[in-house]
Amino acid sequence: MVNTTEQKAYQAPDKTGRYGEYGGRFVPETLMPALLELETAYREAKEDPEFVAQLEYYLKDYVGRENPLYFAERLTENAGGAKIYLKREDLNHTGAHKINNAIGQALLAKRMGKTKIIAETGAGQHGVATATACALLDMECIVFMGKEDIRRQELNVFRMELLGASVVSVDQGSGTLKDAVNEALRYWVANVSDTHYVIGSALGPHPFPEIVRDFQRVIGAETRRQILEKEGRLPDAVVACVGGGSNSIGMFHPFVDDTEVALYGVEAAGSGIETGKHAAALTGGRPGALHGAYMYLLQDEAGQINEAHSISAGLDYPGAGPEHSHFRDTGRVTYTSVTDEQALEALKMLSRKEGILPALESSHAVHYAVELASGMSPDQIVVICLSGRGDKDVMTVRDALKGGDGNV
Amino acid sequence: MSEITKAILQAREAGGCAFVPYIMAGDGGLDRLKEDLLFLQEAGATAVELGIPFSDPAADGPVIQEAGLRALSAGTTLKAVIEEVKAIREEVHIPIIFMTYLNPVLSYGMAGFANDCQEAGIAGVIVPDVPFEESEPLEDCLRMNGIDLIRLIPLSAPEDRIRKIVEAAEGFIYAVTVDGITGVRDSFGGTTDGRLERLKAIADIPVLAGFGISAPEHVRDFGRTADGVIVGSAIVDALHRGEREPIKELIGSAKDIAVPAE
Ligand SMILES: Cc1ncc(COP(=O)(O)O)c(C=O)c1O
Repeated sequence: MVNTTEQKAYQAPDKTGRYGEYGGRFVPETLMPALLELETAYREAKEDPEFVAQLEYYLKDYVGRENPLYFAERLTENAGGAKIYLKREDLNHTGAHKINNAIGQALLAKRMGKTKIIAETGAGQHGVATATACALLDMECIVFMGKEDIRRQELNVFRMELLGASVVSVDQGSGTLKDAVNEALRYWVANVSDTHYVIGSALGPHPFPEIVRDFQRVIGAETRRQILEKEGRLPDAVVACVGGGSNSIGMFHPFVDDTEVALYGVEAAGSGIETGKHAAALTGGRPGALHGAYMYLLQDEAGQINEAHSISAGLDYPGAGPEHSHFRDTGRVTYTSVTDEQALEALKMLSRKEGILPALESSHAVHYAVELASGMSPDQIVVICLSGRGDKDVMTVRDALKGGDGNV
Repeated sequence: MSEITKAILQAREAGGCAFVPYIMAGDGGLDRLKEDLLFLQEAGATAVELGIPFSDPAADGPVIQEAGLRALSAGTTLKAVIEEVKAIREEVHIPIIFMTYLNPVLSYGMAGFANDCQEAGIAGVIVPDVPFEESEPLEDCLRMNGIDLIRLIPLSAPEDRIRKIVEAAEGFIYAVTVDGITGVRDSFGGTTDGRLERLKAIADIPVLAGFGISAPEHVRDFGRTADGVIVGSAIVDALHRGEREPIKELIGSAKDIAVPAE
């Protein structure tokens, strides 16, 4: 018997923002009133039909939802096993799932009377999505971006500026995503009365991981409905890449109580877990507190945070959100990792077989899903969350392939 | 009464206000720690706040961030700092308070940390990324070892929140004078609009003002209302540049405060 409606047995977070032992609110006192205010405002907004309708309107007419659940026939043939479906978040306005959260949070901030939005960005995808939402809703937008990432993602910086955002270069630390989060937090502490921080992944202090998950949940909710329509049953496996964990938690959450659906989170193994140059916090890290939450982290013995390494800037973060940390421990989700090289291969494969150029982040999920599907039978179904398109990565991919044998 | 509270009240009774300098452990190498602590003690510091470096100090401004990075590149760890403090403790008579982000403590193990702090003679601990709601486990471990968990209260906090935190506070209350991060500030835009007075009226233990206090006139201003001041970035900067005179002058400015008659 297939449940056509979602059940609600799994409930998290609790009142203190915990998912099992993970999560919480590890922030300076100065931010606590803002977090409590945000939580109250969010609970009210969620129950307000007007807010819900407004969000649905923008998701449909502006973002272009619902996006397709596409049967990738040639990819399936190539894998030679289970049927592979792609959830096409890459077709969203601005090219990735990030816009689902950016619009949701910007609407919430506006409702709360905030006039200014700040965000951090690594690759620039979340920065672009937030700058877009701010242009749409006529709000001031400041994006913090590591100096190193600004160099790597020049075009996205220009894109954000075209959209009217100011991009602040973060020189501190390693000049990458985690430093951009630090700087955004510092700015927020000093400007908390008129500013909302649109955090870009299922990370940060409570209630952020819950808010981001809920705004990204549309991915999994649509997928569940669509697969039931197309196949009359739920998939056997769902695969998504995990950076901070937003596209994956949004995809997984509506399936959590469907225990017959196996869930796979794919982290970035960079040059390989054994080399130490990776971004796989759940596979190769241990729990600690960073950026407001207790979660799995890449850190040294003394509790100093290690830098993450991945060819994909969107996975280049040393932690994975609290709900994923919880699912890792309970075993509800299986976490695994894929190297830079494997992701590049998958990117080429999907481009050639389906005419779809995936983001490097999503390519990690594609690689693992194809491997998984090839070991399954043709009457089984695998769904991949194709979190974004690869246009932003073309230069990176070209450089990486040139560094190899030079052949595409 | 807590060792820290006692030291602050003594400074007050002597006609001044308490002065607590912040220094970054391991900035310039851990072997410099003893010399710096003895210098500050000699110069008249009431207590010392000893910063533990962290890779991601989200509550700190550029001066302390950079000092932390220098300390980390010199190989400083929480464990090594505790060991060093233990080794020199007999010569340092003023209370030492650790200021550390949470993750190094979690990595060390909270119970072990509290125990080893006690053995090293640490009087108090400040953890800027542990707000009231998350403080219980740490408070329990520290209390078992007779160590104060020093709580921060932003002057901007709503009154019911201030009351809640004051009730739990030990040692002294760290009044965060501006919404923001640590750093040197030129001015405070005049006053704190009576908010420091409000906090002081609610508090039943000493209140020290911190964040941005960096000049003798700040010390004299805040020292009139608060029971003392905490000075971080200005001290860290001067020590890094090897300049001791401005530090002596800052500490000196806390020695004679015209406290308004009650
Ligand atoms: C296309 C795409 N997928 C995935 C990610 C990873 O983030 P998350 O784990 O929050 O989905 C990013 C982040 O920038 C992204 O741009």
